[in-house]
Amino acid sequence: MPYALCFLLFMIGLYCVVVKKNMVKIVIGILVMEYAVNLFLIMLGYRMGGVAPIVGQSELDPSTGGLLSSFLNASVDPLPQALVLTSIVISLGSLALMISVCVRVYGKYGTFDITEIRRLKG
Amino acid sequence: MAVFYILLLFVIIAAIIAVETKNLLSAVICVGAIGFGGSLMFLFLRAPDIAITQIVVEVMGLIILIRATISRDLTFISGDREFFGTVVSVVIVFVIFLAGIHVFDTLPDFGTAVFTQVPDTASQTYIEEGLERTGAANLVAAVILDFRAYDTLGEATVLFTAIIGAMVILRGKSRKLLEDPD
Repeated sequence: MPYALCFLLFMIGLYCVVVKKNMVKIVIGILVMEYAVNLFLIMLGYRMGGVAPIVGQSELDPSTGGLLSSFLNASVDPLPQALVLTSIVISLGSLALMISVCVRVYGKYGTFDITEIRRLKG
Repeated sequence: MAVFYILLLFVIIAAIIAVETKNLLSAVICVGAIGFGGSLMFLFLRAPDIAITQIVVEVMGLIILIRATISRDLTFISGDREFFGTVVSVVIVFVIFLAGIHVFDTLPDFGTAVFTQVPDTASQTYIEEGLERTGAANLVAAVILDFRAYDTLGEATVLFTAIIGAMVILRGKSRKLLEDPD
């Protein structure tokens, strides 16, 4: 069920990219799709009643110094979290690139409407 | 987990408003609602590192987006594309949604991590040996800075390239070239 809602969020973004003709709206659609994908990847690693993958003092076995099995069997997946961390930062860079293209197009054509931007010159 | 579902619905409603509103500034503010709601959801999914990063990135992204929309005389938009194209697009998106939703039947239920269903996954190794092999108490930091450090290097490269691209597009010299043709 949360997977389906997450997919619905992705589809809202896809609809926005396909249907809208305002450039900033298209950028917003791409952003919504990014949020949905990040959320889905984190959801894949979630365990019901899990703990964050951070080892505290209470998770260490006092006698041997190793990890307690209660942590090993309850920690959520750290791998998608690390990769989504990368993805979020990259999405900021791509957002800056897309918005700078929008700003330049607005400066040249005076509109965000992609159907009115026809005078493409080299 | 009830709060998580409420937040998910809140984010979906904010996304619908962001897509459908006519005012660009309202749309940008709704993107902020999506981002901060998503950040709270990451907290409920036990991912505090992602939540912190999401807040920082969201603030900077909102500043960039507002830079593009504020003080434009044309922040209101009129009309969608032609009716037939819109209908076809909506039908295609809906069909993709109906077809894609069956993919989730193959996944384990929400709350059962995928990596627990397979023996000897990398994630299980990171959880078991991350502390003693890297010395990092935060396993996410252990993954991004030790096990997959090349990934982080690639991330820095991509980020740097995107910023260089944005600077090239926005710098003053090319603006002068664009303003007077020939």
